[in-house]
Amino acid sequence: MSSVQSVQIITLTIDGKPVGASSDETVLDVAKQNGFFIPTLCFLEGLIPYGACRLCLVEVKGSNRLLPACMTKVAEGMEVTTDSEKLRSYRRWILELLFTERNHVCSVCVANGFCELQSMAEALGMDHVRLPYLHPQFSVDATHDRFVSDNNRCILCSRCVRVCSDIEGAHTLDIMGRGIHARIVSDLDDAWGNSPTCTRCSKCVQVCPTGAIKEKGRRSVGEKFKRRDLIAYIAKLRGGEHE
Amino acid sequence: MTRTITIDPITRIEGHAKITLHLNDSGTVEQALLHTTQFRGFEKFCEGRPYYEMPALMARSCGICPVAHLIAGAKACDEILAVKIPRPAVTLRRMMNYAQIIQSHALCFFYLSSPDFLFGFDSDPATRNIAGIVAQNPELARDGIRLRQFGQQIIELIGGKRIHPSWIVPGGVAEPLTVEHREQIRAAIPPAKEIALRTIAAFKPILAKYEAEIETFGNFPSLFMGLVDDKGELEHYDGKLRVVDSMGNIIVHAADPAQYADIIAEAVEPWTFMKFPYYKPLGYPNGMYRVGPLARLNVITRCGTPLADAELEEFRAKCGKPALSSYHAHWARLIEILFCLERLERKLADDSILDKHVRAGAAANCRDGIGVAEAPRGTLIHHYHVDDDGVMQWANMIIATGHNNLAMNRSILQVARAFVDGENLREGMLNRVEAVIRAYDPCLSCSTHALGKMPLSIELYSPERTLLKKMVRNDE
Repeated sequence: MSSVQSVQIITLTIDGKPVGASSDETVLDVAKQNGFFIPTLCFLEGLIPYGACRLCLVEVKGSNRLLPACMTKVAEGMEVTTDSEKLRSYRRWILELLFTERNHVCSVCVANGFCELQSMAEALGMDHVRLPYLHPQFSVDATHDRFVSDNNRCILCSRCVRVCSDIEGAHTLDIMGRGIHARIVSDLDDAWGNSPTCTRCSKCVQVCPTGAIKEKGRRSVGEKFKRRDLIAYIAKLRGGEHE
Repeated sequence: MTRTITIDPITRIEGHAKITLHLNDSGTVEQALLHTTQFRGFEKFCEGRPYYEMPALMARSCGICPVAHLIAGAKACDEILAVKIPRPAVTLRRMMNYAQIIQSHALCFFYLSSPDFLFGFDSDPATRNIAGIVAQNPELARDGIRLRQFGQQIIELIGGKRIHPSWIVPGGVAEPLTVEHREQIRAAIPPAKEIALRTIAAFKPILAKYEAEIETFGNFPSLFMGLVDDKGELEHYDGKLRVVDSMGNIIVHAADPAQYADIIAEAVEPWTFMKFPYYKPLGYPNGMYRVGPLARLNVITRCGTPLADAELEEFRAKCGKPALSSYHAHWARLIEILFCLERLERKLADDSILDKHVRAGAAANCRDGIGVAEAPRGTLIHHYHVDDDGVMQWANMIIATGHNNLAMNRSILQVARAFVDGENLREGMLNRVEAVIRAYDPCLSCSTHALGKMPLSIELYSPERTLLKKMVRNDE
């Protein structure tokens, strides 16, 4: 199709450094290739970007708003700033809001030590929250014989939904409700253990950045090791870019 | 006119509490109450969580004895899984429990209580603390620090972390023991044993100085409860519950810990967050019983290790069988430290502890799991009930310090009556009231399932319930 022909080589600057890129790449892709650190949570190599967490916001000259690097395509002459006082403040607030809303008590979480939210807080220097904890009460769905879904630990990154739909092709999981009431459900909000569509592939477990989706039993607190890199590998094997 | 004295906060204990002493018209103590002023709610917020999070979650109730909670919690989960866990895992769990008892007893004896023995109950409170010990008796302070360090290091070597290792898991333990770590533990035992023997030898002669305290520090008839093994020897991990009366008669020989509800019930009082467990057949409050190091030495036939048994013989000759004064809990703690060191040494000699198979796996097969173990402060019971999917429906925890609640209240009344003169109140009097609580080494954080340090206050009330005097100290 014409999309192949339309790709052009362009130049832009990231934090003042000139870099080359293909016009079909995102700011995040190019920044990563050139060694710039942009924090992410909902982004995962191999999954279609979704722009849910807003942690990868960057400043682009000429734009009066901050743009998510994972969703923003590069353009000729673009001037991108990945690190500034303003960005650091925004990113910290985003993390604080995540920690404030649901129950992320690391010490008793199965993903302790293997949690991306936890390591991101450490990387961005978020050591306390300035707002009261909300902690809405979600019931834990442990009806599946292999997996457990715990919306109390969920940050609504939608990685599980995307991997289930786009990589596994099952689309068992989805998000229901809005705002603080939004939660991961299986099929039409049935118990996961009753799901006729779940293939028990465990990809959702591997991609979950926190301890929200986990294997049942076997592994206890601080033991849920995850292979998040596998999804990029599977996506590459299939040779597909999800466009 | 009657008055009330309040000691608030109580110092050199773990958790928050206050004592109120109610005086009558003649100025003598009529009533004494230990109020635990903290609430934690562990039993409540575990509801709805998967069972396999329980050992680590419940262990967060305490930073001093998390290992005991890990063990009781994991044992309850083993029952939910309905698995027999690999033998090396049992041995490794036992070893970590010994290490924890050593470090916790060392903390209680050296850091919290030894200032009273060494300087006297009436000495200057400004130096009657661990810093005073360091200044005046650095050898003893060093021994205390080393012994505690020994216990903590073993916990780290076995479980990877000194406080809250999540290594004890449902079905066994997370990682096997390495040869290097075994050798490191083995090398550390002889010096630790020397400290234990040296401290016991130094402690015994001091007892003669405190006859008045021994006479009144919780010195009354009560039942005693603890785990014993099938030979009636000292047991901290498994075994059966034994109860003896104040004459030493065994009234419950070997009850299955899973049947704890047949012998123990819990009462509540409106003035404290800590419950009052009692021996069911005798009712409340007559069913008062004590647990912990003193109770354990009172219920066993023998310790089961040579050095500890030799000390037990001397202990019984001097203190009686059963020893009724809670003051003797300090001595009992030292004997237990020695016992734990001897047992650790024996376990380390067995090559099977290096076995790599340390974990059994299963789904939630049973709805109820009851885990009972001896924590440093006494018998610890965790009872979990899950649904078919392994989600916690409710938990019941009966904590060592809770078992002692009736006895602690009775003890402060006894000490207050013996030492507190309402007309002429001195700090040393109130320190004795605190010290009898310290003899139980209470962990109120655990027992109310609360947060923070343990300052205690004493309040003095009139018969009309007006506050006349309040003494408050912080433990820093």
